[in-house]
Amino acid sequence: MTDKPLIIVEDLAKTFVLHNAESATIPVFQDLTLQVAAGECVVLAGESGVGKSTLMRSIFGNYLPTQGAVKVWHDGAYVDITKANPHEVLEVRRRTLGYVSQFLRVIPRVPTLQLVMEPLLENGVPFEEAKDRASELLSALRLPQAHWDLPPATFSGGEQQRVNIARSFIRKYPVLLLDEPTASLDAENRAIVVRLINEALEEGAAMIGIFHDLDVRDAVASRLFEVSQFKAAA
Amino acid sequence: MNAIPGRIAPAPLLSVEGLTKWYGHVLGCRDVAFDLRPGEVLGIVGESGSGKTTLLNCISGKLTPTSGEVRFDTRRFGLTDIYGLSEPDRRRMQREEWGFVHQNPRDGLRMRVSGGANVAEPLMNLGGRHYGNMRQATIDWLDRVELDTRRIDDKPRNFSGGMQQRIQVARNLIHGPRLVFMDEPTGGLDVSVQARLLDLLRELVRDLGLAVIIVTHDMAVARLMADRLMVMKGGEVVETGLTDQVLDDPQHPYTQLLVSSVLQI
Repeated sequence: MTDKPLIIVEDLAKTFVLHNAESATIPVFQDLTLQVAAGECVVLAGESGVGKSTLMRSIFGNYLPTQGAVKVWHDGAYVDITKANPHEVLEVRRRTLGYVSQFLRVIPRVPTLQLVMEPLLENGVPFEEAKDRASELLSALRLPQAHWDLPPATFSGGEQQRVNIARSFIRKYPVLLLDEPTASLDAENRAIVVRLINEALEEGAAMIGIFHDLDVRDAVASRLFEVSQFKAAA
Repeated sequence: MNAIPGRIAPAPLLSVEGLTKWYGHVLGCRDVAFDLRPGEVLGIVGESGSGKTTLLNCISGKLTPTSGEVRFDTRRFGLTDIYGLSEPDRRRMQREEWGFVHQNPRDGLRMRVSGGANVAEPLMNLGGRHYGNMRQATIDWLDRVELDTRRIDDKPRNFSGGMQQRIQVARNLIHGPRLVFMDEPTGGLDVSVQARLLDLLRELVRDLGLAVIIVTHDMAVARLMADRLMVMKGGEVVETGLTDQVLDDPQHPYTQLLVSSVLQI
């Protein structure tokens, strides 16, 4: 455990340039600065289109920021995600930095249980242990056991989202990015996810989240962060 | 940047520099450079005629480049330019340390001998003489690529396209290579077979810690298989980076066009 922030975003700017639409430029934010400490959940606030997801994806290394740095505490040192080599970013993602999106994106026809075990297997956890932990988590998320051997393609939105959540929470990532993980869940399942989030925070995870559901937001947020205050001039 | 300990070691397994191939005055590929680490999967994407296959053939020792170097960390000589090796040494290194999965199984298999013999042949080429051991290794590998081991003596033409491709995969992995080249490995298969084969390839790559260079024009295949991508156009690399970053936030006009042209279902 460290008292240093686990995420440091420095002077971050992102502008999209669409070369095939007459090189239209879409500035999103600039000079954005943010720090998140262990045990803290910072919730990104602001209306749709303000750049919440863009910020989240820039931190994950999924989008390439135009300027600035995103430093993630990994193995006792900061790694600047915006400048690290692909293999370094993958290593940080494998062991430190998790991301829960709204959508489940997996290889078709792979059974659910196996999908949930995968992040553990990638980290060298033995097969049986991975299977036990995956079963435990899927039970906690109340996904019917009859579904475990099926691929999730035909599941309902809420069921797919719980598979997605299981895949991310099975590894206890020190840094976790949550992009509306409860969007299509009913109240009871939302409460379960809130509990998972709070447990991870108590264990010292640092999180950045986007939640449109105000109940969930209030239940997990340490503080709100207005992305619009860094809006880039068009 | 601090070195990060973990699965992917820092020393390059393969190092390509200034690789250029001219066919007379027609450009195949120009000034390509990259490093590949052990366990890393590199995808090469681009449309037909962009130079993907030329590049793959140059890197894999099949096509002598006009200029540039392809250095591989060989077991016998260390990091060395493969085109600086004598022909027999290079061929031996290719047999011992590399695999090559072709798009068309007919290019990678010997159609006149049995599926089992196809899988066992690399072991024989490397001096294996114990028939029982080789047959057992072959059965193990057929099982691993999920083929019915009772069909070990059937000829490749009696297998379906997807099964032939599995035989080819087994044949190219049985000798424990460190680097495997794949040229559109799922290109000729129908989608139902494609997904399962991709999943199998991904598992094998993870479990064996293989380094892979995979050429594909299918962005979905690239996303599933590759850690990072090189985008080619007109024989040159126009963009390179982490796979999901290149596909979700492409920077070069051509990559933006390529990604936005993918049909959604």
